[in-house]
Amino acid sequence: MTREAENTWRGVAAEDRDEISERVSVLLRTRSRRLLADLLRPHRRAIAVLTAVIVASNAAGLALPYLVKEGIDDGIPPMLRGQGAGTLLAIVGALLAGALTQAFTRQAFLQMSGRIGQDILLELRRRVFDHFQRLSLPFHEKYTSGRVISRLTSDVDAIAELLDSGFDGLVTAVLTLCGTAVMLLVLDVRLGLVALLPLPVLLLFTRWFRRQSSVTYRRTREAVALVIVHFVESMTGIRAVQAFRREQRNQEIFERLNADYRAANTRGMRLVAVFMPGVKLIGNVTVAAVLLYGGLLALHGTVTVGVLAAFLLYLRQFYEPMQEISQFYNALQSAGAALEKLSGVLEERPSVAEPRRPAPLPRAAGALRFEGVRFAYGDGPPVLPLLDLEIPAGQTVAVVGTTGAGKTTLAKLVARFHDPVAGRVLLDGVDLRDLDEDTLRRHVVMVTQENYLFSGTIADNVRFGRPGAPDAEIERAAEAIGAHTFVSALPGRFETQVGKRGGRMSAGQRQLVAFARAFLADPAVLILDEATSSLDVPSERLVQRALRTILADRTALIIAHRLSTVEIADRVLVMEHGRIVEDGPPGRLIAGAGRFARLHHAWLNSLTPP
Amino acid sequence: MDSPQEQAQEQAQARGPGARRSSWGSLWRLRSYLRPYARSLVVSWVAALFGIAAGTVIPLVGKEIIDGPVAHGDRGGLVPLGLLALGLGVAEAVLTFVRRWSQAGPVLGLETAIRDDLYRHLQRLPMSFHDRWQSGQLLSRATSDLSTIRRFLGFGVLFLIMNILQLTAVTVVLLRMYWPLGLLVAGSAVPVVVLSLRFERRYIVISRQVQDQQGDLATLVEESAVGIRTVKAFGRREHVFANFASAAREIRRTSLAKVRLASRFFTFLEVVPNVTLALVLLLGAIAVGAGALTLGTLVAFTTLVLQLVWPVASLGYILAMGQEAMTSADRVVEVLDTVPEISGGPAVIERPRGHVRFEGVEFRFPGAARPVLRDVWLEVRPGETVALVGATGSGKTTLTALVPRLLDVTAGRVTIDGCDVRDLSLASLRSVVATAFEEPTLFSMSVRENVTLGHGHASEEEIRQALEIAQATFAYDLPWGLDTRIGEQGMSLSGGQRQRLALARAVLGRPRVLVLDDTLSALDVETEALVEEALRRVLAEATGIVVAHRASTVLLADRVALLRDGTVTHVGRHGDLLSGVPEYRELLAQDADLDPEGSMR
Repeated sequence: MTREAENTWRGVAAEDRDEISERVSVLLRTRSRRLLADLLRPHRRAIAVLTAVIVASNAAGLALPYLVKEGIDDGIPPMLRGQGAGTLLAIVGALLAGALTQAFTRQAFLQMSGRIGQDILLELRRRVFDHFQRLSLPFHEKYTSGRVISRLTSDVDAIAELLDSGFDGLVTAVLTLCGTAVMLLVLDVRLGLVALLPLPVLLLFTRWFRRQSSVTYRRTREAVALVIVHFVESMTGIRAVQAFRREQRNQEIFERLNADYRAANTRGMRLVAVFMPGVKLIGNVTVAAVLLYGGLLALHGTVTVGVLAAFLLYLRQFYEPMQEISQFYNALQSAGAALEKLSGVLEERPSVAEPRRPAPLPRAAGALRFEGVRFAYGDGPPVLPLLDLEIPAGQTVAVVGTTGAGKTTLAKLVARFHDPVAGRVLLDGVDLRDLDEDTLRRHVVMVTQENYLFSGTIADNVRFGRPGAPDAEIERAAEAIGAHTFVSALPGRFETQVGKRGGRMSAGQRQLVAFARAFLADPAVLILDEATSSLDVPSERLVQRALRTILADRTALIIAHRLSTVEIADRVLVMEHGRIVEDGPPGRLIAGAGRFARLHHAWLNSLTPP
Repeated sequence: MDSPQEQAQEQAQARGPGARRSSWGSLWRLRSYLRPYARSLVVSWVAALFGIAAGTVIPLVGKEIIDGPVAHGDRGGLVPLGLLALGLGVAEAVLTFVRRWSQAGPVLGLETAIRDDLYRHLQRLPMSFHDRWQSGQLLSRATSDLSTIRRFLGFGVLFLIMNILQLTAVTVVLLRMYWPLGLLVAGSAVPVVVLSLRFERRYIVISRQVQDQQGDLATLVEESAVGIRTVKAFGRREHVFANFASAAREIRRTSLAKVRLASRFFTFLEVVPNVTLALVLLLGAIAVGAGALTLGTLVAFTTLVLQLVWPVASLGYILAMGQEAMTSADRVVEVLDTVPEISGGPAVIERPRGHVRFEGVEFRFPGAARPVLRDVWLEVRPGETVALVGATGSGKTTLTALVPRLLDVTAGRVTIDGCDVRDLSLASLRSVVATAFEEPTLFSMSVRENVTLGHGHASEEEIRQALEIAQATFAYDLPWGLDTRIGEQGMSLSGGQRQRLALARAVLGRPRVLVLDDTLSALDVETEALVEEALRRVLAEATGIVVAHRASTVLLADRVALLRDGTVTHVGRHGDLLSGVPEYRELLAQDADLDPEGSMR
């Protein structure tokens, strides 16, 4: 296999593929199995105990019919002969004891397996969620939040289903199967062999089913993921959907995806519709064969009528569990498909990796340096062809330039949302790649125009900047950036719920909350990427004033289209096509005749009505 | 905004109320979805009935062989009976196949149709609903709840009825064989029924709780995925993780309680028939001793009682399944039953002129103590453009949302060409009014589809014009041009690019009324100037309502309305307001004019 072909299954790459080669599918299965083994390992002991419990429970269960037969054959005749009811009472007592043993062991089994299952689920949820959070932004941009949600909901549910019911069914089925097979052979070898003869056919049939259903369930999961992605996206963007009368077209798309899902499900159900009766057919044919052959043997007197009767009773038990096993197979298949995806996600490595040996940086002054930095998104054209830049600690730098000049990329490199393709970015002389995430985020905070608010109160959202901060500090932060006025006017004040994604607040209010959040975080380097774009002029003015004090003792990188921000900057960088074309204090640049002077002039004109 | 209690109430509402209605009702209501599949259903039920009959007869044939040919040494009688067993066996398998095969249609058809309807209904529900409901909660209703219903209606109901039939039949046979013992077996059903009913009540509460918690967890996942940038920017991975982990632990705790409850119930269901069996053996033996019963009958009796173990035990499983299905049906019906507060009227404006009037408009969020807007009077004449200016939170965006009825007034009315917007059909109204939002929502589809969102049949030329007006011709330079799929939320584009696409979307099709909600905030000065230049031409022909934060945007408008605390305090020309209203001056004049520390001039 070539290197390239190998990569078609690594990580989440296999998710988008419909047809996969046998070889890749084996690799995927191995990966899933490794994850499963990994999840089960901590519960080895509990599983061993569990197995013992379920064996005891099944043994008790298998003993019950036998005890009834004993009671009839050996218990009642002595009583009828007037030899007392001792044997019968003993057998009835054993029967009751067996029933209770079975009940208690069964209950214990259900509770233990429930606990193990829930522990595994908890661990899986935690692991996948944590991993998603660790993966870098480029991954999330490609993978989309809909798929993240579908991994953590429907895929985890599929595994829960397996652990809930599948496992119980399988163990019971296998034990019944083995126990019965032994009983059959012990009762009569010839008849036993006839009864077990179709077993290889059954195994081959099961193998066919397994292959088929593995394909089917993969499709099903893919189809449901598409349904989920579309559903979440249109519910999230419902405002635009309604405002632009997109409902009809959305409905068509959704119904098509939904129909695909239905088709995939139909395939799955029909496959089971072939498999289950198939198993039944094999079982029933065997029963008929045993009846004929056993009848012949009984005619010749080589087997007793009792044995033949017992055979028929046990054969009933023998093929019933096969249905359970295929039931389990259903659960296993969907869980297997889910595991494939989850293990793929867990295999993804953050493109912005954590350092192996993080450099300590307990306190940062905030000096930034770009050394020969080149950057491009993926295989795209270079966004930053070659950048050298030094920003001393405490300096406030405004970055201006047209859309696409590379301003945001510059900011993202400082925040280490991306790593440079070549060169390095240093904070206080330490390469950002050598800092662990916690340290980096403590020192560098970026506020963007996407002011994401989580559901909860305003205080919760501000506290996001520094969890555990007391209420007084939250109020102080809000006050410092001028959010206090509007918050105080709300009836719930800081305890006001912001609504889903802050939907109850205006864009400007959300931005103020985001600002307060950043202020509370108190970083050495603050990056503001268009962070004041939604503010009205008085609010912006308040923020600007606040910034003068806030930025006094920290390094700041401010990206703004509106040049009012530039007033508070010590230095202005003008960027064009990823290069810095002008660099200097704002006063000097304005006085000159360069690009910034022209920009500034245009801006002044836009402010003053003609 | 509202008081904490009201918010708590509202949140509880968003999570859905507890088990409140009679649950069978919701499930029963969904039966109409099965109507198109009546034939398949009948086929599968008939197949099921005969299949079970065939399966029950096979052991009887076995008994016949033992009692007949074998007991009497009748070799000739053996083969026909053997072949009969074979035939019945094959028939059972075929009937099972028919049942399963024909079941796929109705069951999946039901699930798919309900999901389609749910989606359709959700698209009709207004913003006020969507603000309240987390999409995670909605998603879990559209996926896992529907699967639960599908499983129960597909298999649960069938087995439930078959089991009950089997139980009744066997009990009748037992009563006829020897009624005292038969009565004992029938009596053993009493504790099963009593406990089942009690179990049902407790189980419904706990399974609803698990489902709600799963919905909450889905919400947390959604927020962490959509807000990943914010989480990353603040390095709050561990904080977010802690929230998620504690919600996941809650689910584990509740699920374990559910497992405990169910395991006690299931074991009870297995114990009852087994204990009955022991009692039958004991009492039967006594009866045999007293000569009231033959040994052969006792054997048959115990065999039949053994046959009852599985149907009774599986009854618990099926009831639990039914319980979950009922809870799920409640949750689904709850959404389907939410009446869209905003639905279209019958009127259509044939030739819209775009005369917009706000007449004594008030708006308050449901349950809120204070209105967001009150007594707003404003007229925007055809072809005129009015800028809305006001401090953050003064109600500008809410006011614009009232025109296309994303929200509805709570008092007063909004009219277009003299017609109350509530009397217009939504399609007609929303084709007259187009809005460009401050936060552009782009969907995971091509640029073309995103721009032509409301005008599927727009020509290439119209698209080009719209893109040119919005200065969004960069779209042609994307790797696949207009067919480039832009990521979820348009994430691979910059904020300014997204805003310009959203603007192109709004101006496409030349709407009579164009609402611009601070649409240019993320544009750089040069681009903004170009966009404004182009917009001026568009607005010359259309009625415009423009939310403005900057003087430059205000200049697009003929008149300005100043909003304060939810009401219009001044209306006039920019220049007049600037000189006459200090508050307006405070809002729009540039920093340098007012700030004594202004260092740039």
